Amino acid sequence: MMKLLNGLLGWVDARFPLVSSFKAHASEYYAPKNFNFWYFFGSLALVVLVIQITSGIFLTMNYKPDALFAFASVEYIMRDVHWGWLLRYVHSTGASMFFVVIYLHMFRGLIYGSYRKPRELLWIIGMIIYLALMGEAFMGYLLPWGQMSFWGAQVIVNLFSSVPIIGHDLAILIRGDFVVSDTTLNRFFALHVIAIPLILVLIVAAHLIALHEVGSNNPDGIEIKKHKDANGIPLDGIPFHPYYTVKDGLGVIAFLIIFCAIIFYAPDMGGYFLEDNNFIPANPMKTPEHISPVWYFTPYYAILRAVPPLFGSQFPGVVAMGIATMIFFFLPWLDRGKVKSIRYRGPIYKTFLTLFAISFVGLGWLGLMPSTPTYTVISRILSVVYFAFFLLMPWYTRIDKCKPEPDRVTSK
Amino acid sequence: MADEVNLSKRRLLTATTAGGVIAAAGVGAPFVLSLMPSERSKAAGAPVEVDVSNVKPGTMTNAEWQGKPVWVVHRTKEMLDLLSKHDDKLVDPNSSVGQQPEYCNNPNRSIKPEYLVVLGVCTHLGCSPTFRPEVGPDDLGKDWPGGWFCPCHGSRFDLAARVYKGVPAPTNLIIPPHKYVGEGRILIGDDSKEPA
Repeated sequence: MMKLLNGLLGWVDARFPLVSSFKAHASEYYAPKNFNFWYFFGSLALVVLVIQITSGIFLTMNYKPDALFAFASVEYIMRDVHWGWLLRYVHSTGASMFFVVIYLHMFRGLIYGSYRKPRELLWIIGMIIYLALMGEAFMGYLLPWGQMSFWGAQVIVNLFSSVPIIGHDLAILIRGDFVVSDTTLNRFFALHVIAIPLILVLIVAAHLIALHEVGSNNPDGIEIKKHKDANGIPLDGIPFHPYYTVKDGLGVIAFLIIFCAIIFYAPDMGGYFLEDNNFIPANPMKTPEHISPVWYFTPYYAILRAVPPLFGSQFPGVVAMGIATMIFFFLPWLDRGKVKSIRYRGPIYKTFLTLFAISFVGLGWLGLMPSTPTYTVISRILSVVYFAFFLLMPWYTRIDKCKPEPDRVTSK
Repeated sequence: MADEVNLSKRRLLTATTAGGVIAAAGVGAPFVLSLMPSERSKAAGAPVEVDVSNVKPGTMTNAEWQGKPVWVVHRTKEMLDLLSKHDDKLVDPNSSVGQQPEYCNNPNRSIKPEYLVVLGVCTHLGCSPTFRPEVGPDDLGKDWPGGWFCPCHGSRFDLAARVYKGVPAPTNLIIPPHKYVGEGRILIGDDSKEPA
């Protein structure tokens, strides 16, 4: 039997680089030996992507992308399709957990300087994944055709119509109609189930290829490739397989326990994962009393609301929101610090990073709240903090007092 | 030999590349154009008729035109009197921005003062504001003369659908083209002179 399998492997390997690919990306891909908790989230993001694609495929088998039937077909999935409720809650919980995992993954990049040279392109590809993911989530949220689906899409598409000159036509091009309608639902469905997932899978592959080309960063923010043994293997590196496949496996188990707990005990997460108003069918004639985006968009939404209209146009707020998402792309060049990792950074960077984290979470909370004059003032302060973290970075990282980096990675 | 550029081959390459780009744009055009509103969507913008004789003074009715809400409000004498008292709080009290047909460019923004016809779509981000006709309610303040409040981002409009200062909406609400066809009947979406 083994002989037969080995023979088969040999046959395949003569025609496809199977063994060498496995070696290059797993058993002989050397990752730093000092990975910690923060390094779970990359592999977890991959797990969630697989969960979303799988549950999504099965949902499309019963969902109808038609304004007349969409809402009812979701209810049909929930009530009449065998285990349909599970498929749907897996998918809706997966959407939110995707962002939980991605935000933590990005924060890891911030604290350990994973975006710094030579990983700039890796970071940029990651940011493209993040943007694609936001588009994917936004379009997916329209599909249940509930009140929040409809009015959320209405508000977001109208953001584009505030662009000077071309805005009005641009919004019509996106909707395919003069209002969010059946046409819009149909095309968002096409983009949500085919176009963006396809792009996502491709750029995730590019992200991994880029990662394996430059090698992983680590909590010390130093390059393990500086010290290699006689065979050219980094002294502080260990093969990804089996060491990190086992470690990540533990992370996946812990993650799935939390994931299942949400699905079974709090699938709507008190209105944060599935908003209450979305259990009412879309009504283009009536806006709900209070609308807010799903939690993962609220930091940017709060920034949008914080900017007052200038020159009789909402465009400045839209620009601020756009810059708030795009500014991450420039991080590799804004950071002029001598060290990468937070472990060896000085007090100024630590202060700014803490303030940034507070502003991001704070704006996220404010974006969920109805707008009041007090909240608007707080949103404005936090928006300034948010942008200060990036725009002042070239100066404060340069003058910061860094500690000396170790020569080799450290671990407790 | 290796360093020399064969110019005629280079020119051919440039020309075929340019031709390829133009062809790609040509092939791409139908795909992009298919995203524009279909003929059926365009046809859905037909005018709608509203009977306003049943709208009691101080209330409004909702009509659907081009998939959007259109409000027809029956304003009372008191409501109309209050309209001129807060011009200083408005962004554009005299409707200088072209958000209405010429025949509605007056202080009441309407053909007949008592009936206001307005597109119920906030000029900020397209939500549909809530009708709050009562004077001075607790949540909107003592000097609220009646109007609309947008639940999405807090924009405020008076009973002539004019926007207040200091709110996100940049302009007054849109008055759609409309005309009276007989007593108490309004045709929304059509203001041509010939009889309907």
